[in-house]
Amino acid sequence: MSIKTHQFEVVIVGGGGAGLMAALYASKGASTAVISKLYPSRSHTGAAQGGISAAIGNLEEDHPEWHTYDTVKGSDYLGDQDAIEFMCYKAPELIYELEHMGLPFDRTKEGRILQRPFGGHTNNKTGKPVRRACHAADRTGHMILQTLYQQCIKNNVNFFDEFQVLDLIMVNGKAAGVVAIELATGDIHVFHAKAVIITTGGWGRMWEITSNAYAYTGDGAAMVLRKGLPLQDMEFFQFHPTGIYKLGILITEGVRGEGGVLINDKGERFMEKYAPTVKDLASRDVVSRAMYIEMKEGRGINGQRYLYLDVRPETVNKYAKIDGRTNPDGTPYQVTGEEILHKLPDIIDFCKTYLGIDPIKEPMPVQPTAHYAMGGIPTNVKTEVLSDEKGTVVPGLYAAGETACVSVHGANRLGTNSLLDLVVFGKEAGIHAAEYARGAEFAPLPDDAADFARAQLDSIRNSKGNERVADIAAEMKQVMMDKVGVFRVEEGMQEALDKIRELKERFKHIHIDDTGKVFNTDLLTAWEVSNLLDLAEITTASALARKESRGAHSRDDYPKRDDQNWLKHTLAWARGDGDIELRYKPVVITKYEPKERVY
Amino acid sequence: MQVTLKILRYNPEKDAQPHYERYSLDAEPTDRILDVLEKIKAYQDGTLTFRRSCAHGICGSCAMRINGRNRLACKTLLQTLDTSKEITIEPILGLPKVKDLVVDMTVFFENYRKVMPYFINDEPLPEDGRERLQSPEERERFDDTTKCILCGACTTACPTFWGDNQYLGPSAIVNAHRFIFDSRDRGAAERLKILAGNNGVFRCRTAFNCTEACPREIKITKAIAEVKRAILTGRLD
Repeated sequence: MSIKTHQFEVVIVGGGGAGLMAALYASKGASTAVISKLYPSRSHTGAAQGGISAAIGNLEEDHPEWHTYDTVKGSDYLGDQDAIEFMCYKAPELIYELEHMGLPFDRTKEGRILQRPFGGHTNNKTGKPVRRACHAADRTGHMILQTLYQQCIKNNVNFFDEFQVLDLIMVNGKAAGVVAIELATGDIHVFHAKAVIITTGGWGRMWEITSNAYAYTGDGAAMVLRKGLPLQDMEFFQFHPTGIYKLGILITEGVRGEGGVLINDKGERFMEKYAPTVKDLASRDVVSRAMYIEMKEGRGINGQRYLYLDVRPETVNKYAKIDGRTNPDGTPYQVTGEEILHKLPDIIDFCKTYLGIDPIKEPMPVQPTAHYAMGGIPTNVKTEVLSDEKGTVVPGLYAAGETACVSVHGANRLGTNSLLDLVVFGKEAGIHAAEYARGAEFAPLPDDAADFARAQLDSIRNSKGNERVADIAAEMKQVMMDKVGVFRVEEGMQEALDKIRELKERFKHIHIDDTGKVFNTDLLTAWEVSNLLDLAEITTASALARKESRGAHSRDDYPKRDDQNWLKHTLAWARGDGDIELRYKPVVITKYEPKERVY
Repeated sequence: MQVTLKILRYNPEKDAQPHYERYSLDAEPTDRILDVLEKIKAYQDGTLTFRRSCAHGICGSCAMRINGRNRLACKTLLQTLDTSKEITIEPILGLPKVKDLVVDMTVFFENYRKVMPYFINDEPLPEDGRERLQSPEERERFDDTTKCILCGACTTACPTFWGDNQYLGPSAIVNAHRFIFDSRDRGAAERLKILAGNNGVFRCRTAFNCTEACPREIKITKAIAEVKRAILTGRLD
């Protein structure tokens, strides 16, 4: 089989928000290519809805310092405070930069960017929700993705669309390129590079109920893991409180930002019990746990595993009055159905399409849905990938966005901070990778550069067992949902780990139907499942070891946060044959000493 | 319930011509066509090939012809179709077939790039470094066309495009409209010149197929009419 070779100074793997932002900046100073398994405009950044936070204070007093504190607190003190401060202080300039690129933010009547409240974002003096999330209706991620893609076209960025990157090429401990398969032809391509930026997004497809796209299979993280590099804080995976019942499709927190409330079977607005100050706008981990408790205690709707999210104007207005919520000019906050439709058009459309209901007239059935990886490829603030707990940099290798762990989200991410993370650190990645490339030479490529990638595909293509990949994937999703979900215990997680290892063994005996070259999604779907299995194993092993409850990692058998023993990041290596090595590194604490987290 | 899908299959490595194959299976009325295709691929025939990603109508991967109409597979529920009959699934028209329901989108994205689908304004930024101002009314003016997800359902439903894929097509015009009517943008004159050309808006025959096909319910024919009017009057109101 012939191999096609390309050479670029910087190669970016993944065409979502982080990848495109990196491309815009890398291409200013270095020859750059973006390699994406989808057309970039199909990336999952486009599914983000509610907003992107920055303390620009267009509607009320706000400060980057407040944003920083809220993010530290939201992270349950596991986020690195230097990185969080960096991100939150950069946020305003990044928002203006996006606006200058043409992003169509919604506007105030003064013509400035409109902002809405979001979970965990507060006025630090009053503790009440603050309007910090800049938005474009409920398709903010779509507009960020489109705007960045458009700007990349304007700046003649090179794209390799529908190329699946399979392997990272390392030469003498430095990144030297990647190996990819072109979907349309099945040809293998080697991309020789001085620097590689990984921006491949998350892995929510590991769980049965998820808001994530089919494409979210953690390819980049799994690839790095196979190179003998560690993954950080993998036990922390966010369950968003409001996914459409059974489907998992995201219903933005912006619904609650606009005044929507969660209601149980008794008609109670139960969040006031769990978070007396901010109620429905508590952090996502807090809300998802509260929902599980409500359902466990029999207050799910009709005893089922869902609750109502109610944004009917009469409900919004009732609770706005009880909460004393006001507009920026001090008048009481009141909404009409028309205004809700205008602010949340896609949510209304999703509900009509998938549930046959109109949220302006009926409440929406929701349940927590696997949503976001706080953990991932460890990096420093310059987005350089780290190879150990001492902070040793892997030369030429960068990561940004959801697949990276800087760590700005710690144990729980605040809503809107993911979009901020990907523009802030996508930009850093582009700048630093190009700078590195300017001072570096192309490492000579080994002759066998593509061998490992081809061997992986061949082993799938030639496997002659009886196992269906779909069965293996379904069993993984089920056990992860049941045992490594919102609430966890020792026994359950051990069961999950055993199951994942059994599934990995069974994966050696799969067979696929399609052995052709052209657009072989049967082959690539199987490869993606192998990535998910590797990450599921790491996630579960990291979770089993952490004997405390913090952020999204909530254990019935260790219900308290334990700063004495566990105020530290997990690093996990896959040493082969199920041998997972765990090491730990301290959290960077600058200004905010850990204290009890109350909303 | 039992459903039967009649799917147009084509594997360039094996088939001289596309042909139909039928698949019957159990499904729920609330299943999306995408769910059904996934089940077929998972348990009946792994060679069945289609694109998909987000599964809720926002990424634009899974545009296909469902009973002769361009739809997103992930936004089409079985209960909205007549399941007592076979459901016909075919690739979108007017683009070269790659395999089964996958078509070559190259020309579609080339046409998109031709209309300068990006924000243009080289004037100095506000001195305070903050946002350019835009009133809610000015923002509303182009709101509809910002919804486009580049799925191709409109362009590949257009009879003019079927006849000649050098016609820029509804999707490219929608994306030009998004900038032409943005009060902050300064590239309208250049874009309108492109759209007034031989492959531009005046090849639109107002068949309305595009508007009917759009899964985002963008009023595409109206947007095209507004672009035509802007060219003819030289005004952007």
